[in-house]
Amino acid sequence: MTAHNGHSEQERIGVYVCHCGSNIAGTIDVEDVARWAADKLNRRGVVIARDYKFMCSSLGQELIEKDIRELGLTRVVVAACSPHLHEQTFRVACRRAGLNPYLCELVSIREQASWVHTDKKAATEKAKAILSGGVERVIHHQPLEPLHVPIHPATLVVGGGIAGIQAALEIADAGFHVYLVEREPSIGGHMAQFDKTFPTMDCAACILTPRMVSVGTHPNITLLTWSEVVDVQGYVGNFTVTVNKKARYVKEELCTGCGICQEKCPKKVLDETFEAGLGYRKAVYTPFPQAVPKFPVIDRPNCTFFQKGTCRACEKLCPTGAIDFNQQDERLTLQVGNIILATGFDILDARRIAQYGYGRLANVFTSLEFERLSNAAGPTNGQIVLRDGVTQPKTVGIIHCAGSRDRNFNNYCSAICCMQSLKFAHLVRERTGATVYNFYIDIRTTAKAYDEFYQRVLDEGAILIRGRVAEVTDAARLPGEDGKLIIQVEDTLAGKQRRIPVDMVVLSVALEPRHDAKEVAKQFGISCSSDGWIIEKHPKLDPVATMTEGVFVAGCAQGPKDIPTSVAQGAASSARVLARIQQKEIALEPVRASVDESKCSGCRICNGLCPFNAILFHEDRMVTEINPALCQGCGTCVAACPAGAISGTVFSNEQVLAQIEGLLLQPLGALEEPVPV
Amino acid sequence: MSANGKPRFAMYWAAGCGGCEIAVLNIHEKILDVDANFEVVFWPVAVDTKYKDVEAMPDGSITLTLFNGGIRNSENEELAHLLRRKSQILVAFGACACEGGIPGLANLSTPQAVFEAAYDSVSTDNPDSIRPQSVWNVPEGELHIPEFYPVLKTLDQVVPVDYFMPGCPPESHQIAAVVDLVIQALQGKAELPPPGSVIGAGSSTVCDECPRARNVKLIRQYRRIQHLSRVDPTLCLLEQGIPCNGPATRDGCGALCPKVGAQCIGCYGPAQGTLDYGARLLSALASVVDGKEPEEIEQALAGIPDPAGQVYRFSLANSLLGASKEAWEQEEEIHEAAHHD
Ligand SMILES: Cc1cc2nc3c(=O)[nH]c(=O)nc-3n(C[C@H](O)[C@H](O)[C@H](O)COP(=O)(O)OP(=O)(O)OC[C@H]3O[C@@H](n4cnc5c(N)ncnc54)[C@H](O)[C@@H]3O)c2cc1C
Ligand code: SF4
Ligand code: SF4
Ligand code: SF4
Ligand code: SF4
Repeated sequence: MTAHNGHSEQERIGVYVCHCGSNIAGTIDVEDVARWAADKLNRRGVVIARDYKFMCSSLGQELIEKDIRELGLTRVVVAACSPHLHEQTFRVACRRAGLNPYLCELVSIREQASWVHTDKKAATEKAKAILSGGVERVIHHQPLEPLHVPIHPATLVVGGGIAGIQAALEIADAGFHVYLVEREPSIGGHMAQFDKTFPTMDCAACILTPRMVSVGTHPNITLLTWSEVVDVQGYVGNFTVTVNKKARYVKEELCTGCGICQEKCPKKVLDETFEAGLGYRKAVYTPFPQAVPKFPVIDRPNCTFFQKGTCRACEKLCPTGAIDFNQQDERLTLQVGNIILATGFDILDARRIAQYGYGRLANVFTSLEFERLSNAAGPTNGQIVLRDGVTQPKTVGIIHCAGSRDRNFNNYCSAICCMQSLKFAHLVRERTGATVYNFYIDIRTTAKAYDEFYQRVLDEGAILIRGRVAEVTDAARLPGEDGKLIIQVEDTLAGKQRRIPVDMVVLSVALEPRHDAKEVAKQFGISCSSDGWIIEKHPKLDPVATMTEGVFVAGCAQGPKDIPTSVAQGAASSARVLARIQQKEIALEPVRASVDESKCSGCRICNGLCPFNAILFHEDRMVTEINPALCQGCGTCVAACPAGAISGTVFSNEQVLAQIEGLLLQPLGALEEPVPV
Repeated sequence: MSANGKPRFAMYWAAGCGGCEIAVLNIHEKILDVDANFEVVFWPVAVDTKYKDVEAMPDGSITLTLFNGGIRNSENEELAHLLRRKSQILVAFGACACEGGIPGLANLSTPQAVFEAAYDSVSTDNPDSIRPQSVWNVPEGELHIPEFYPVLKTLDQVVPVDYFMPGCPPESHQIAAVVDLVIQALQGKAELPPPGSVIGAGSSTVCDECPRARNVKLIRQYRRIQHLSRVDPTLCLLEQGIPCNGPATRDGCGALCPKVGAQCIGCYGPAQGTLDYGARLLSALASVVDGKEPEEIEQALAGIPDPAGQVYRFSLANSLLGASKEAWEQEEEIHEAAHHD
């Protein structure tokens, strides 16, 4: 039951070995590989084998096209780089010459041989084996046709932070409809909480609010705040999305946003979200005055009427009769062709870093708390004061990398906290004149105008101490420490332990994936890295696409980043979506799994496994079927089906086994008998 | 054909339990058809013939040979070659001939360990630790008994095989159908399937014939059936956490075991086109474990205390690995020694 080439007529195979400059040729004797292929693999159908400096160049591609036409090639194997990079290039070349593009196989002798070896001879032999595997495999390829599906012109954007706002506006401005779904009562995301933004220190509200207003008034945008996606069905071009629009208890068509209800509502609630726990709001509220939309929501668990049955103050005083205590959650069904996820980040819960004392020592603040303190529209009207609400600090310690670059919390760098900490230093100096210490491990100010800002803050007199802070404590030991917070740190430049007493500590805590990022990702059929950030299709070449066709990602949902990069990603993702919409239909890779019904026993083992919900079960006939438009060819079900009833195009058992035999050079008779090991 | 014009029939019992022989007799009155249509020329269990009688037959003179049991020793091997030469149609009959069967599980051990278990266990009275020897000198001369091989092989690992008929043993109704088919074919009324085919079995797996209800499977804990106080009579056993081999096992038995509340143990072997039965089954059993954390998964799978026995009970010899490394090493030594002779 082995997968020997059972084809009666031999294929006519062309082999092309690429030098990739010196990338491959530096370690592999490419001429030798090509000669060997011509000589030894001709028994397997290789009629021509060439080597060339850059196969992906137009001249390289023309070489293939010419051979297909003149030598009547029926299969092509290119030994070059990874299929991720140039599979498409060579497939298209084949198509131009009239050969079905799926009869081309790209084997990687760069990533898998030249780049990972130094022994030239061994690498050359390995390249031959890899090539032989590709030749055996390509024999079993079938001509395939891509699947064409129409693209619905509307787009769903999830998350109304700056990244989502940018994406929504770009698409809407291009004339296509956008549904923007935001979980909170207002769009704006984290940026709406800030006073100033680095490095230019322009006012966050001044640049953000106009964008928010555009979203709220755009004829092509349906804004759904206080809403969440609860179900996603379908596939690229044709998603059906169910959104739960939570009851606001305010009729949007009547509310004028006058704010009387908020003013008159007797119930004060600590605002843990927007004010980061430093300020209060009412039970009926908009998170901030410039909120978009302007309609408030009633926070049911905190509303006196809902809890005790009396009050109705807002209802009585609303001049337009907009309050409606009987409103119910609403389920909306949306049809969209593409989806952009811009769900942003959470900050690390500072209590987890026990040695820094947050939650235990009153005057230790988180970065978001500091943003609210320094915000002119915040709870202290921009006064930077201690927890008592009045005392100005004389010394402030700002701790960088709190929970980032730390094996106990997050290995990654949160990318923005150096700049954010320097911004804080600047604001403290500017507003209070207090002495500021910044405790850093390395300073990372790589983007445009960032290092200049760093220099400016140094000139302003901030004191930078290099070293990871060991502890923040209120246990005084030395004179001058009484009533202070003492920062214990090894100053690695001075080479000594230091204890620095301060009045206020600000923790630049790590940016972390949203607490529910994994569930949200699963809902949209995409995956998160082990850190929890959404994984992009390619970290360099495809940073806003995901592995699921039609689902894109932008902003901090993909990883920590600053506002300019979040905006750039929002725009980039919308460009990808617009390109899709313009094409009107999309060709799907025909790499798909399918079920042989005569073999399927209806055991249902595969039924719950598909990450893309492509598998359906026919109860009546007790067989399983795969929706080819949904299947992404991941192979999960193929591996799981114990009956061997599922096979995947391009990755059939036959193809994989033939490739293995090729790798072992078995079809050449190089090994007499398979030696069982 | 024989002198009386009838096609010739043979059956041979190599390393197996003999159940296959009984199964053939168990086809009831159909056995009369065998007698009416065939001349039985060799069947040690049923008729008295000697190996030398077979050796004397012209090559290709036996029409149909049912060979049951795996190739465990030199005698099995010799007869496999002999019967291959003499037969037109050689059928690997039953799980052992097809897949190695239960005796094939000994491929996980060396012959020394096998002998120790057989000749030195607590239940054995063998104070001198006597072991079988292939050559033994007695006053009357040198005695030979067959040599025990370190690796048990399937029939088709030793000689080319025309058809495979799985089952431990093959179900009687399937045997009867195959016998019928061969008779029809010999009379020109039917066509035999292409050589290399599996006959007397289905093309899907046991679940296809199993009446138990199944939903989407998710298993938090595998359990041995004997540890359960109650087994739901209508629900899929696998869904109850009982490691049922049905999903990976070729159908044809009529789902006998799950129908009476016992899990399928896989005697009908792999489904069509499956390279390694155990690997397929294991990936299926693992696929439906409901758990993300490594500990949860280990916990669920801990209910399968003998994974090799569970997933390769009948098919170890025919798996990709075939035998343990030690067993293969000893096997190679024997072959090398034979080369040098
Ligand atoms: C303290 C601090 C200061 C900073 N200062 C600066 C600065 O000065 N300059 C700068 O360039 N960068 C700064 N940054 C970084 C900046 O905050 C981010 O780059 C930016 O906010 C990222 O925008 P976003 O849209 O990706 O995410 P977010 O701002 O987090 O927005 C995400 C939105 O999605 C919504 N959402 C989340 N999940 C769902 C869901 N499942 N369904 C519906 N809606 C959902 C959220 O409610 C939110 O509105 C700072 C960050 C911090 C923590
Ligand atoms: S609900 Fe009524 S009172 Fe409240 S903001 Fe709207 S219009 Fe004003
Ligand atoms: S290969 Fe199977 S599991 Fe993977 S996407 Fe396709 S149907 Fe789903
Ligand atoms: S796992 Fe295979 S046999 Fe079982 S239902 Fe799925 S396709 Fe059918
Ligand atoms: S009990 Fe066994 S044979 Fe029956 S459906 Fe379940 S897994 Fe399949």
